[in-house]
Amino acid sequence: MTPRDLPATTVAELQDLLRRREVSSSEALESLHVRIENIDGGIGAYLSRDYETARKESQNADVNLPLGGVPIAIKDNINVAGQPCTCASRMLRDYRATYDATVIRKLRAAGAVIFGKTNLDEFAMGSSTENSNIRTTLNPWDISRVAGGSSGGSAAAVAADEAFAALGSDTGGSVRQPAGLCGIVGMKPTYGRVSRFGLTAFASSLDQIGPLAKNVRDAALLLNGIAGPDPQDSTSLNQPAPDFTVQLGRDIRGLRVGVAKEHSMDGVDPQVATAVAAAVDHLASLGAEIVDIALPHTDYTVAAYYVLATAEASANLARFDGVRYGHRAEKPHGLLDHYERTRAEGFGPEVKRRIILGTYVLSSGYYDAYYLRAQKIRQLIRGDFARVFQQVDAVVSPTSPVPAFKVGEREADPLQMYLADIFTIPANLTGICGVSVPCGFAEVDGARLPIGLQFLGNALDEARLLQIAFAYEQSTNWHRARPPLAVVPTEANA
Amino acid sequence: MANSDLDVTHVARLARLKLTDAEAQLFQEQLAHVLQYADKLGEVDVSGVEAAAHAIPLFDVFREDEARDWFTPEEALRNAPRQANGLFVVTKVVE
Repeated sequence: MTPRDLPATTVAELQDLLRRREVSSSEALESLHVRIENIDGGIGAYLSRDYETARKESQNADVNLPLGGVPIAIKDNINVAGQPCTCASRMLRDYRATYDATVIRKLRAAGAVIFGKTNLDEFAMGSSTENSNIRTTLNPWDISRVAGGSSGGSAAAVAADEAFAALGSDTGGSVRQPAGLCGIVGMKPTYGRVSRFGLTAFASSLDQIGPLAKNVRDAALLLNGIAGPDPQDSTSLNQPAPDFTVQLGRDIRGLRVGVAKEHSMDGVDPQVATAVAAAVDHLASLGAEIVDIALPHTDYTVAAYYVLATAEASANLARFDGVRYGHRAEKPHGLLDHYERTRAEGFGPEVKRRIILGTYVLSSGYYDAYYLRAQKIRQLIRGDFARVFQQVDAVVSPTSPVPAFKVGEREADPLQMYLADIFTIPANLTGICGVSVPCGFAEVDGARLPIGLQFLGNALDEARLLQIAFAYEQSTNWHRARPPLAVVPTEANA
Repeated sequence: MANSDLDVTHVARLARLKLTDAEAQLFQEQLAHVLQYADKLGEVDVSGVEAAAHAIPLFDVFREDEARDWFTPEEALRNAPRQANGLFVVTKVVE
């Protein structure tokens, strides 16, 4: 293993090397450092790095801890004490976190090394990182295309071997969709499984932190490191977290996988539909029982989500008032002008749109028609999934209806961008868990673009969800495919 | 649902956001389009359905009411846009 090849290893492989003392944590960190400084200018996965602090941590790392000595990249809406937490917003351009989020505290306790913060759509609002106020993250498979979002920086970093693994946040698919578009694994745990303390809130009833990794085992290892109850998050579930790796490798013969007829819809790219159909056949060949299921409220999912998510966002983002932290407008003429200009200058266009939409659906006269009605439809969607999980162990679908699109292609039409969240949103509305794994490629204009396969599992059923995803992954070769920008192993070069 | 009622400038004011004329015009158009789509929520029969505020049932969580270490005043002020004498300096509220 040469230092040049090291960034291409998985977390599990790196742990093995660390524990056999073939590589030190500092060497692993240094290999990433070189890799990032060489290629990230062309990808834009990271917003900040602090190798200095990380080097000290890596020198003291106990490699026998669960994630001992493993560098992990962190989405820049999760607070790491002393580091920037910009949320890719002008509002927080100069902000430095004063405390560690619970997930960071837990990762550190598990021995992980925190070294850098990754790009996102501003305040995690978007599906492409084009809403980042700092830059757009490009897709390592084709740099004329987006990496997906909002955790696009984390996804591109892992796909381009600029990180062994990363954390993201998923409010409507923001971990799973960029993972799908970048050809890696991304997981949204059950709502409440992972503490949100220290995650900058977007929509509090939907947000959940999750891992992005090169394979399912790594995702499970990371989830082990961050899951569990937290007295500092009142929405965290009072349930001890199991070992999410124990069911990996178990047979999936006889497990039931649901395919919803409502998921055969217009707008799904034919190459995506073909790859997912082939994946379903493959699951059947592994002994899974394929079951036709019904999700009758699918057509209302996106509308309900965007009413609820923007309503919650409009309330959460009211805290950015330019008083205690963040941007403040110069020389305000009175308090109203202070607020209005601070927020006009601090927020980008998508955040403004969502605050306005959310304020509108909560305002007197429209509350019942939009917000309350969307909450009732959320209840109906929960009912759909409660029925489905009496019949099946997992639901399979595309992660995104389309592969990675061109930078700029969809920016002008927010609604088209929102509609592409159709497959990922239900997990957030209902609180269940979901994972995206690579299942093939689409050939588009000469580019080879990854396709993501999504499995949804019932609340708290992550171990079985990962078991099914692992069985699929390990019996196919899709996860081994590397983007043109990935590290080419030295022996293959010779 | 009468989404033609959406007056972006008025709602932006409620949300304490100053919009330029160009922004107001663009958002008016884009959000009217989104709301037109959201009108499909009206097609669903929701009579007798309870509203779900959360994905899962949530309960109050209590802890002992005791002092613990948290931010020092210096840490709390570290990101303040303006500060003086260990306090946040705010924009004048009363003339």
